[in-house]
Amino acid sequence: MTNILVFIDVPDGSLHKSQLELLTLARTLGQPVAAVSGPVSDAVAEALGEYGATAVFQPAAADLDAVLTVRKADFLAAVMDQAQPQAVLLPNTFEGKEIAGRLSIKRRSGVITDAIAVAHDFTATKSVLAGAYTVEAQVRTGTPIITFKANSIEAEPAPEAASPQLETVAFASEAPAAQVTGRTGKPSSGRPELSEARVVVAGGRGVNGDFSAVEDLADALGGAVGASRAATDAGWIEHSAQVGQTGQTVSPQLYISAGISGAIQQKAGMQTSKVIVAVNKDPDSPVFEIADFGIVGDLFKVLPQAAAEIRKRKG
Amino acid sequence: MQEPALNIVVLVKHVPDAQFDRHLSDDDYTLQRDESILSELDEYALETALQLSEARGGPKAGNIVTALTMGPPAAANAVKKSLQIGATQGLHVCDDALAGSDAAGTSLALAAAIRTLGNVDLVLTGMASTDGETSLVPAQLAERLGLAQITLASAVELNGGTVTARRDSDTHSDTLQAPLPALVSVTDQINEPRYPNFKGILAAKKKPVTQLSLADLGLDAADVGAAGAWTTVVAAKPRPARSQGTIITDEGDAGIRLVDFLAGQKLL
Ligand SMILES: Cc1cc2nc3c(=O)[nH]c(=O)nc-3n(C[C@H](O)[C@H](O)[C@H](O)COP(=O)(O)OP(=O)(O)OC[C@H]3O[C@@H](n4cnc5c(N)ncnc54)[C@H](O)[C@@H]3O)c2cc1C
Ligand SMILES: Nc1ncnc2c1ncn2[C@@H]1O[C@H](COP(=O)(O)O)[C@@H](O)[C@H]1O
Repeated sequence: MTNILVFIDVPDGSLHKSQLELLTLARTLGQPVAAVSGPVSDAVAEALGEYGATAVFQPAAADLDAVLTVRKADFLAAVMDQAQPQAVLLPNTFEGKEIAGRLSIKRRSGVITDAIAVAHDFTATKSVLAGAYTVEAQVRTGTPIITFKANSIEAEPAPEAASPQLETVAFASEAPAAQVTGRTGKPSSGRPELSEARVVVAGGRGVNGDFSAVEDLADALGGAVGASRAATDAGWIEHSAQVGQTGQTVSPQLYISAGISGAIQQKAGMQTSKVIVAVNKDPDSPVFEIADFGIVGDLFKVLPQAAAEIRKRKG
Repeated sequence: MQEPALNIVVLVKHVPDAQFDRHLSDDDYTLQRDESILSELDEYALETALQLSEARGGPKAGNIVTALTMGPPAAANAVKKSLQIGATQGLHVCDDALAGSDAAGTSLALAAAIRTLGNVDLVLTGMASTDGETSLVPAQLAERLGLAQITLASAVELNGGTVTARRDSDTHSDTLQAPLPALVSVTDQINEPRYPNFKGILAAKKKPVTQLSLADLGLDAADVGAAGAWTTVVAAKPRPARSQGTIITDEGDAGIRLVDFLAGQKLL
């Protein structure tokens, strides 16, 4: 029996699209078993079952979120010992990579980050050097630990739901760790999360302080709003909207870049998008080199016209 | 009252300049390292270290900022630049057997090098290397050294034996606290790195740089480099240019043509 261990973080008590994608991937590799970072509600257990998880592990210790990542790695190491998985899958978030890093040393196992596909022999495909190369990488020591990018696979429920067995795992946690001593939530925009969105509309210096055209097109498409560092540095939009090397890495079905020149650091965060559309006044802008559809034009004319047309066609 | 002097290590990586095309070699898929520079993202860590040191009286008061790199002979340039910017001393782990190291081998060698520095209060790193981009080294290093870690800090403060940091995510902003010694990785939001000035460039020539081989660190060549890597790249191909794309010039109807394109791609 091939167990594929999937790490599931549930701070808000529900499963996200990217977690369903991880479970879907796990089913192509073997039999998914889930390690959930907090107490598992009936609803979460049922959803995990629908996506094929045959066993679900929860930590005996309470709030793993009170401490930064270290306890999650401790927990996952204990689950590895119990479930003896053939591979471990985590989300390719900063936290996922950090847990993977800690876990890899604990269990002497190699990690591959940023995977966009994983084959039956656990060979992972990823893009490196800001998208300049696509490589196939393998783990040769220990149990493959792979962090998998959101939107790289279509989430699908299992043909037949499983009713997973719930097990509580006790583990030692003495390692020094950072405490979370304060947390302020940010107001929700009501739009999908940038890292998981199927559509991202991003604006750069070209929006010149006014994101309304970008936001309006994002809303017409049901997408998230992204930005270049020039736009976030100028304070036009929150830093968390930044896409790129030092911002978020996104891989949506559709990325619309507006008023962004396409610097290497910006490309690093969006080049694996399935379809790239660029709107820029300057025909020589490097962003056109990676665009599937490019429009040389003024974003303040093109975006509102497109948004109105979409709303018209959707009726 | 002045707080006790700090012993800080900053990790500085020597990486190919992203302004130029970067290439993987055809035989072993390792990165070609000509045109390399100090990783821009590590300059933020160095600036953080210098500010913390200066707040306690700088080198005169006994504060030490060690710039540590692991890499081929040319990586000495990353240390040199750090000394010019203001680090007090340099440490360069250099050994032919390290070529081809993955994050596991890198963190092993860096951990051993840090242990040679005695009681270190703080290890500072960049949020990711601009070539490897895995962000694995800080977490692996913290695990190997048994340190608490705070990653992606956008503000850092030291108070007595505690480091306090801010970390922002999509949905919230956290305040984090860890006991020293600790490892902290910083983002490009934390500060504006300074440039080396003429005085700094002259002063750097007199600053000590120590080179360490695997033997100096008591490490076995079989545990590092390509031989000891826990992961391996088995194939690599340059990404085909996406130049097949259609480029149009707006003649008043580009928004509608965009929607036609999206409809054709079934993206509506
Ligand atoms: C260490 C480091 C990390 C970085 N990390 C990131 C990162 O994560 N993400 C990131 O994005 N950048 C990052 N950068 C910055 C990056 O190098 C670029 O400076 C930045 O992406 C430029 O943003 P921009 O394209 O919006 O601005 P610009 O390069 O100024 O481009 C603006 C574009 O808007 C166009 N334009 C202007 N007006 C209009 C209009 N009305 N309609 C249509 N087009 C218009 C112009 O033709 C131009 O092409 C980083 C840089 C460094 C050094
Ligand atoms: N060879 C190296 N020498 C010094 N520091 C390194 C090295 N590799 C990684 N680092 C540090 O670890 C951080 C994250 O790197 P990475 O895990 O490769 O993304 C970098 O910003 C550096 O501070």
